[in-house]
Amino acid sequence: MEPSGRLYRREAGRMVATLTRIFGLHNLALAEDVVQDAFCRALEVWKLRGIPENPSAWLMRTAKNRALDVLRRERTARTFAADLGLLLQTEWTLANTVEEIFDATSIPDDQLRMVFSCCDRRLPQAAQVMLVLALVGGFGVDEISNAFVSTRAAVEKRLTRAKKSLSESGPLFDIADATDFQARLPAVQRALYLIFSEGYHGASPQAVVRAELCREAIRLTRLLAEHPLGATPSTRALCALMYLDGARLPARLDAKGDLSSLFDQDRSRWDRKMIDLGRAWLERSATGSQLSRYHVEAAIAALHARAPRCEETDWTAIVSLYDTLMTIAPSPIVALNRAIAIAQAAGADRGLEAIEAIDQRDRLAAYPFYHAACGELELRRSNTLEARTHFQAALALARNPGEQHFLEKRLAACLPG
Amino acid sequence: MGEFLYLYRGGQRQRTPEESEQVMQKWLAWMKELTASGNLKDPGQPLETEGKVVKDRRGTVTDGPFAEAKDLVGGFSLIEAASIDRAADLARGCPIFDLGGTVEVRPIMKLDM
Repeated sequence: MEPSGRLYRREAGRMVATLTRIFGLHNLALAEDVVQDAFCRALEVWKLRGIPENPSAWLMRTAKNRALDVLRRERTARTFAADLGLLLQTEWTLANTVEEIFDATSIPDDQLRMVFSCCDRRLPQAAQVMLVLALVGGFGVDEISNAFVSTRAAVEKRLTRAKKSLSESGPLFDIADATDFQARLPAVQRALYLIFSEGYHGASPQAVVRAELCREAIRLTRLLAEHPLGATPSTRALCALMYLDGARLPARLDAKGDLSSLFDQDRSRWDRKMIDLGRAWLERSATGSQLSRYHVEAAIAALHARAPRCEETDWTAIVSLYDTLMTIAPSPIVALNRAIAIAQAAGADRGLEAIEAIDQRDRLAAYPFYHAACGELELRRSNTLEARTHFQAALALARNPGEQHFLEKRLAACLPG
Repeated sequence: MGEFLYLYRGGQRQRTPEESEQVMQKWLAWMKELTASGNLKDPGQPLETEGKVVKDRRGTVTDGPFAEAKDLVGGFSLIEAASIDRAADLARGCPIFDLGGTVEVRPIMKLDM
């Protein structure tokens, strides 16, 4: 039996995307209502009579029939998708048009259209990410607030505002227009990358929610990579990066359920199949002349994946990849990771020098693992007092019980004896 | 052995999809239990909330709802049990109570043969 909530999450995104294609982006709220209604009606029947063999097909058919009802009932009161206008107005073409749009083969395009529409520059980036999760991923308000460690009320408010802006932003994005597509592609890749990162590095204490975010990011990136215009080297590299990093997820918690750092992870628990997939995508991404940040990050992840033990990692190669990354996409976090790699390759002293040299280092002050990294390096230099101070600062910033427990253990390691 | 009709009354339907799915899972589990114990004769059907009431031959018809939401029949199932007490006992597992609904248990009238 499916875990609760999974069925809706899997189906809602494609249903909303397809209905919005018919109703028009300005009727987004109507599309969402119809989907919820179709879903809840189906469950009323299924709770007595059991879930049918193919629930997706049933849900889609229910949604289609509800769509036809709405189109017939409200065609004088509302305008629907402008490009389908006349086709939806007469009974001669109404059913055929709707049938065609509900055809299974056009569903991936419907979803991409929605993802591209959500990643509108006029919306703040956090709002874009929430919209993709809610509308295409079928994530509920509770899950989104868990993922972003925010209150339900705050997320609800932001989401309502974002949906309103989206529905007033014009027609659905036209993914057939190659120029527009290329122009918006970086924003879409960025949003998918952020969804993955939130799952991978994020602060949510719920491992389940985080795994779902990673899975959804991978699903959508693959959808993008399968579209003729979306299958660029950078999209493929993003896919590679997600598989290679995602492969480490099973080992992030050790046998006792405690957070485990890259250095201590039981590497036999890394997902071999995902590593292979990541490598294959990385190979396919090596075309063209544009080296994206995703290429470099995937290459770093591939080097980690190749090392059977932490000590066998090619840290010199990783440092030089971070050097490249600093020229393409410099940020204090990238610089911090570079410094950690330098410490591995050339010792704690050099690592701490690199940390001190980070541009805009103050931007890391609220990040617990910045202080933890300093503590780790001081500990290696046997400066237990300094190490303690850093770990205490990190502990004060811990975002969930897992991080807290992890940092408490590191703090305990600073005690003499 | 007797046959009994379960009438599911009330138990609000307006919920989030996630909650609906949890509720459905509970119903599926309960239905499975009734099937396994050989008490479920027919799982029955859910009913729409709207409807009409025909009052007389002249065609006086009024629109539903006919009762307050808490009394509205939302569905039915057909049960087989040794006695009405047993049938009522089996109904205690129904997930409808989580949402403030009730189960009405009505024996189906039969002639002793």
